[in-house]
This record gives sequence, structure tokens and C-alpha cells, in this order.
Amino acid sequence: MGNPKTIIDVNELQTSFFTSKGEVKAVDGVSFDVPSGKTLGIVGESGSGKSITSLSIMRLLEDPGKIKGGKITFQGEDLLSKSESEMRRIRGNRISMIFQEPMTSLNPVFTIGDQIAESYMIHEGLSKKEALKKSLGMLELVGIPSPKDRLKAYPHELSGGMRQRAMIAIALACNPELLIADEPTTALDVTIQAQILRLINNLQEELGMSMMLITHDLGVVAETCDYVAVMYAGKIVEYADVETLFKSPKHPYTVGLLKSLPRHDIDQDELEVIKGMVPRPDQLPQGCRFAPRCPFARDLCRDHLPALDNIDDKNQVRCWIYSEEWDGPEVNVQDDYGTAQSKQS
Amino acid sequence: MTTELLKVNNLKQYFPIKGGIFGRRVNDVKAVDDVSFAVKPGETLSIVGESGCGKSTTGRAILRLDEPTSGEVTFQGKDLLSLSKSEMRKMRKDLQIIFQDPYASINPRQTVRQVLNEAMEIQNVLPKNKREDRMLELMETVGLGAHQLDRFPHEFSGGQRQRIGIARALSVDPKLIICDESVSALDVSIQAQVLNLLKKLQKELDLTYLFIAHDLGVVRHISDRVLVMYLGKVVEIGDKKSLFDNPKHPYTKTLLSAIPVPDPTKKKEQIILKGDVPSPINPPSGCRFHTRCPFATDKCIEEVPDLRTSPEHMVDGHQAACHYIEEIESGEMKPNY
Amino acid sequence: MLVYTIRRLFQTIPVIIGVTLVVFFMMHLIPGDPAQIIAGERADEAQVEQMRDRLGLNDPYYVQYTRFVTDAAQGDLGNSVRSGRAVSSEIGARFWITVELAFYSTLLSIFIGLIAGIVSATRRNSFLDMFIMIFALFGLSMPNFWLGLMLIQYFALNFDWLPVSGWGSPQQLLLPVITLGTAGAAIIARMTRSSMLEVIHQDYIRTARAKGVKERYVIYKHALRNALIPVVTVVGLQFGVLLGGAVLTETVFAINGLGRFVVEAIRMRDFPIVQGSVLVLAMLFVFVNFLVDISYRVLNKRIELD
Repeated sequence: MGNPKTIIDVNELQTSFFTSKGEVKAVDGVSFDVPSGKTLGIVGESGSGKSITSLSIMRLLEDPGKIKGGKITFQGEDLLSKSESEMRRIRGNRISMIFQEPMTSLNPVFTIGDQIAESYMIHEGLSKKEALKKSLGMLELVGIPSPKDRLKAYPHELSGGMRQRAMIAIALACNPELLIADEPTTALDVTIQAQILRLINNLQEELGMSMMLITHDLGVVAETCDYVAVMYAGKIVEYADVETLFKSPKHPYTVGLLKSLPRHDIDQDELEVIKGMVPRPDQLPQGCRFAPRCPFARDLCRDHLPALDNIDDKNQVRCWIYSEEWDGPEVNVQDDYGTAQSKQS
Repeated sequence: MTTELLKVNNLKQYFPIKGGIFGRRVNDVKAVDDVSFAVKPGETLSIVGESGCGKSTTGRAILRLDEPTSGEVTFQGKDLLSLSKSEMRKMRKDLQIIFQDPYASINPRQTVRQVLNEAMEIQNVLPKNKREDRMLELMETVGLGAHQLDRFPHEFSGGQRQRIGIARALSVDPKLIICDESVSALDVSIQAQVLNLLKKLQKELDLTYLFIAHDLGVVRHISDRVLVMYLGKVVEIGDKKSLFDNPKHPYTKTLLSAIPVPDPTKKKEQIILKGDVPSPINPPSGCRFHTRCPFATDKCIEEVPDLRTSPEHMVDGHQAACHYIEEIESGEMKPNY
Repeated sequence: MLVYTIRRLFQTIPVIIGVTLVVFFMMHLIPGDPAQIIAGERADEAQVEQMRDRLGLNDPYYVQYTRFVTDAAQGDLGNSVRSGRAVSSEIGARFWITVELAFYSTLLSIFIGLIAGIVSATRRNSFLDMFIMIFALFGLSMPNFWLGLMLIQYFALNFDWLPVSGWGSPQQLLLPVITLGTAGAAIIARMTRSSMLEVIHQDYIRTARAKGVKERYVIYKHALRNALIPVVTVVGLQFGVLLGGAVLTETVFAINGLGRFVVEAIRMRDFPIVQGSVLVLAMLFVFVNFLVDISYRVLNKRIELD
């Protein structure tokens, strides 16, 4: 996408689940890149394919999930053509991942120290003793109080926030170039979420990592990301830098999403809603995936899938409204959403 | 005082912890510790707080889903805690609850029709021959189709299941509905639909809500008044506007500042608390927030602050449990991060 | 851990009391008058009455029970009706043979069961998985006396590789241990498989893979220890089934163990022997399950005793 230096470039990624009922396209032609040292947010509701995208990059899909096509270039290397053992040397070393549930993402039968040390032993070939010593340093870095005792603690002896810090320690142990955080604070309370987000931001700056943040929370995106990709039903519908996206969103889905969010900082009378629900991945509409819920949708939208196009130098949008083929009245999605929506049957 | 629909006085809910060789009661989890508030007819009072603050336990104790340790719960002038089991069951006609995950609270082997029918049957709200019409009406009210009556819960999406939960609660014509994290598990676009539905129903059916939630955006949207809990205690209560725009308790302030705002241009001052919420087993002495409060003094460690108002700084009905409302307000006390 | 062990030890007390009660009343619930049987069928009324007196059967139940328990605690389980020797010395040597048989069979079933279960789980839905699971189903549904007879038929009689019966040499051990261990191996294999399949989909397994851990270590280090937790419980329960199975196995292979001895004693209506043996076996079962719970705790850091 024309950025001078990118850490990872995902091109037309297609990931499907092959079930007994047929193919389910979870990720369907997704392209984006992450500029070096920056944070890309991937936002979407459940079923949008955002988590599958991150697991595809790590090549950690479980059966019956399969990457069907596309290209993932990480630091000039093609990840999809790597062997399993080459991938293993990248995972946890050059690309790390933090998961949503700190309660279940740590192995209950090993100590925190053992679990961090394992990364050093695998990737840096350290002895257990040296690895534990470095693990202690990591626990200090992520701000876990009395780290010496925590090294010997089991996950269930730690609070949710502390476990997520331990998870971060594991992920950052080998100084990864890219960190993928999949809903890292969703399971946490807000005051703890604020701590963790600040910690991640500080560490990113300190260690110069690039980051992908996968989340459903637009507030978290606004506060931590530089660029945002909005996903809907397996496709990216909008991509922009964070300020543009929140100030002048272009895709009707993005607009609807922002309008349906109850805010704690301003008064809203009634929430605008997005009618209907996310289509089931095995019953995707033929045209634009959002057409059945879109208040502006026309036959053009229902029949043909729009492409993700640059509409100015800031937004990339997958929507017919901004194309030359648009045959409806001129609309300003942001201003007209409410009226169009109330007319929607 | 007959203006209140529900009144909770000095409610306590302690759960025993057993330990040692003989499994004796060695301590208590003080989940709810001396909580009092009242809900007026037709309003929405929200209880907010982080996990472990006792908000859900309060809701359960009111309905006697767990028997409270002590305190008083009066509903329409009747003392709920002195009712027998069968009287309480009858009372539940007026007091309904909607849970976070309706899937977990609806029998997966029952169709929607059976679920609704059973609810009406138990409370004996309508003669059998009128129930069918009522069910169709309920389905329409919550935005589901009549053709979906004979489907099973797993055939519905999360948002639709929540609508079934709402329909079930409405089926007995309750006066008060306790919504326990009822929209927390839903995606934003679906959450907005359900919130709008709840608001619409309140207007049309003259319902009263006790809305338990952790999401302050949702709370601001739906509430008339808000009660903030921390470690089993009420730290602040007030009408929505006053509480959100003019919070007085340091905990409420932190909580509000901690929520990420979906507006990258609004770079606000964020207060980041140190440490975790202490354990409710041995809660801190004095003000329970003192271990994390940037203003805490010796007095906070020793004395439990009462809920009080400060006429100079707060509007009527807005109360906070802090010793230093005035001093913090005037800038006399500086935070110590 | 110490507190846990002590608490768990205390919990065995009601179980032991229950066992002694059941064993004690067994004597009285079985049809027929023990005094009559012991005195012999031709004994007259007076002789029976005298015997009843000698056995203390005229005392109230609680007196009899207390006497039974105090005697048992001191190792006195009464005398055999048939041989007249002390029950404890009659049971003694035979008991250890049965323990040995049960112990080796348990080892075998754990060994085979675990390996089969893991292989099955990691190659789920493969040909090997199907083969193992079908085999396990056979192992489960086969009556073990029949399996024993088949083994004798082929390995001892047809091929003459192993001895037909007896106990002591390693060759003699092999067939009875396989006979008794097969069902357990099948159960453990199935349990390990399902437990493993559940664990493999846990978040922490994904974490391990995301760390770059080799698949082999993901399975044997990260998954197995968690998967073993439910399996351990099954091993404990299985031990009880095994003791029951020992009766038949010992009979088939003519092993002079406690199982066969009990059957004999039942046939001869030798009540004190039956009573004593059941008591000893029940205590063994309680003890093994105590050990299982302790190892359960070692594996699972989160368990709380309630």
C-alpha cells in the first residue's frame, strides 16, 4: 500500500474451513501491510475473520482450516512457502502472539518461570538456569510485582491482569519484530485494560516492534493504533489511518458501527443500529457482503462485489457508492446514515 | 416512602471459605458488604463496577437466587427476605431477571414456545387458550417472527437468544427486570439493537430496570441513575448526568478515565491505577479503595467513609463515599501517582 | 500438600467404617445360620445353641460389631471353619500373590493404554486410530475368563510357548497379567484419547505452538500432563474392577491367590475367610484410591478438597 518500509505484507489471503457441509470462507481475499514500527488495528465483529487472519499469518490454523491462497511476505520472506520447522523458528522468536483469554492461555501445570524460560531455551539455546534468569528480567520488564516469587508461581495463583502480563512476557521474550495481539484486553476489567494497553504501547516503543492489534473494541483501536483495517464477513471493507477512519469513515458498515457504539463520554438519544445480523460464513451474499444490512444498498450492490479501492489518498473503501458505476443518488454516508436507515424496511 | 418500587437496606452477602484439615469455615468472601439503595418505579438504575465488586451478587441476592446473609429487601412494601419459598416464587412474577448468556439459562431441549409457555404456566398468568396469542404478541414485541416459535435455542444467534430471554421475562408481565450483563456478550451492532429494544419496552410497558453492567458506555446510554460499586461497597451514586460529567469519588474518576474513547483526537488525561483489585476475603480497612487511591491518607486507612453529599459540589441525590470530596475538588489535595 | 494429605486421610475414616459395617452385616444377611453351618448339618439344637454362644451371636449387634472391629484391628479375623487355622495366616501369602497380579496388570494396562490413547488422539480419524479404538472395544467387551482360556489355548497348548498355569516365574506371569490387564488397557486408552483430544484444543496448547515449541513436545510435555489428570482417576477405579477380575483369572490359571481362595471359601460356606478376605481387599482398594488422589493432587495444582 505504498508505505516505504513494511514489516509484513499480506496479499489476497484466503483461508477456508473445509467441513462436512462444504467450504466455509472465513478469510476471503484479505490484503494489508503493517508499516515498520507501527500498529495496525484489525477491527470487526465476531465472524469477521479477524482472528483467523492472525492465525493464518502464524500458520497455526487447526483442522479443518486451510490457507487456500494468497501471499504473506514477512521481512521479504514468503511465509507460506516455509517448511514447518522453518516456521517454528519464526514463531515466538520473530513473530509473537498474545491471546484473548489470559485465564486459559497459560498451561496450568507449569510455573510462570518455566513457561517464559521455554522460549529462551527453544530459540536461543540457553540452559534452563540461564533461561530462568532472563525470564526474571522479563517479569520485571512487564511490571509484575515481586517477580522472584512469581517465577515459581502457577498461573492460577495470579490475577487476570498479572496472567496477561506473564503472557506478554512470554511473547516478548525473544524480542520479536512483529507482535500480534488478538483481543489482548477483552477479558480484562477497564482499569486493568488501561494498564495493559499502556504497557504494550510502552514496550512497543522501547523495543521498536511492529504490531497488529486484533479487536472488536473501537475505543481500544482509537487509543493504540496508527492504521485501521475494518473487516466484515471475511473481507476488509475499509482501510485508513486512525484519525481519518474515526473522523471521516466512508464505508456504511464503519459508519454504522461507530454510530451504534454507546459512548460514556457523550450523550446519545437513541443508538443508530445496523439492521439484521452478520451473514453466516456458509451463506455469504453474492454481491457486497454488507448489502443485506446496508441502508444505501441498491441492485448493483446486491449483485456485484465491489473492490477495495483508494477513494482519496487516505481511505481505501470497498463500496460502490464511491465508484463510477454508482447509479443511485449522491450520498454522504456519514450524514445520511440515520435517515436512510430509518427508511430501511 | 411508597415512591420506591424496590428498596435494599444494609444488604450483606458473605460466602464462607472452608479450609484447614477439618474443613471449617475459616473466613468469608465479603461479596456484598452493607449495600443500600432504592429503585423508583419506571426508572433504570444501573450498578456498575469491575469483576468481583459484587454487582451481580447484589442482583442475585435481591431475587434470593442466593440467600443473602443479612439486610432488608423491600419490593412494593413487602419484605422479600421474610417470604416463604412458595411466596417468593409467586413474587418472581413481578421480578424477572435476564442473564448475560441466555443460552445457559434456557433449556436447550425446549423450543421457544415451550420456554414461554412454561414461564406463563409457572406463574399462571393467562388461561391456556389465550397463551398462543400472547406468545405471538411477545415474539413481535421483541422483534422475532411467529415462525420462529417452534425453533430450538441453538438455531438462534446470540442477539436473538437474548431477545428470547427478554420475551420470557416479559411473558409474566413483570414490574421490575434485573438485567445482569444482558448485552455484554453481544457484538456492537447487535448490542445496539437490544439496548434500543430494552428502552422501547420500558417506555411502552412502564418497566423498571435494575441494570447490572461493566460497560460504562452502555450504562450511560440506558440509565437514569447509576450506582458504582467497588469491592462489595457502594462508592458513588447519582443521576447519570451528574455522575458521568461530575464524578466525585476517585475510583469513579479512574474508571471513567480508563475507558478508551473511540475518537483518536480526544487525547485525554488517563489515570492509570497501580495494582489489582484486592481480595474480597480480607478487604482493606477503612476505605476499601485506599490501597490504590492516589489521594489516600491515614484517615482513609482507618475510617470507613459514609456515602454523603457535598452540597457545594454535588447536585441533589448525588452521593459519594469519600472523606475528601471537598479537598480534592478545591485542589487542596494533590494526587500522588 | 501436607494439609491435603492429612485431610484426605481423614476422609478415608468414614469409608473404612462403612466397609467394616458392610462386611460385618454380610455375615448376618447371608441366608442360613452361621452357627448351624459351623456346627455342622447334623448338629442338634443344643449344639447349635452352644456354637452360637461361643461365636457371640447372642450378643447385641453393637457388641458383636465392636468386637469384630477391635479384633480385626489387631489382625485377628477369626478362624477358618474348615481348617480351624487363623484367617489372617490363611489369607497372608495368597493376598500378596493377588496384589502382585493386580499390580503387574495395572502397570501393563497403564503402559499400553497410555501409548494407544496418545497415538489414537494425535492421529485422530486415521486408520491407526480406528484400529486401536476397535481393538479397545474388543478388549472392553471380552469377558476375561474367555480371553484367558483363548490365551491358554493358543500360547500354551497350541504353540507351547508359555506355561498353562501356576505362579512365580516370569513366564507364568505373562498370560494371567495380559488376561487381567486387557480390559483396563482398553478403558485407559479410550480415556486418554478423549482427554487428550480435549486438551489439544485448549488455548495453552495454541500458546505453546505460538512459542515455536516442537510438536512432539507440545504433545508429550504440554498436553500429556494435563490429559493425565482424568486418566489417573480411572486408574484408581479400575483397580477395584481388577480385584474383582482377579477371582476369575486366578481360577482359570490355577493361581493360588486370594481371589480363588475366596471363591472356594464361599462354596464351603467358610464365613470367617470370606469376611476376612473381603475386608482386606476393600482396605487395599481404599488405600490405592488414597494414593491415586494424592498423585492427582501432584499433577493438578488447582485441586481443592471440598
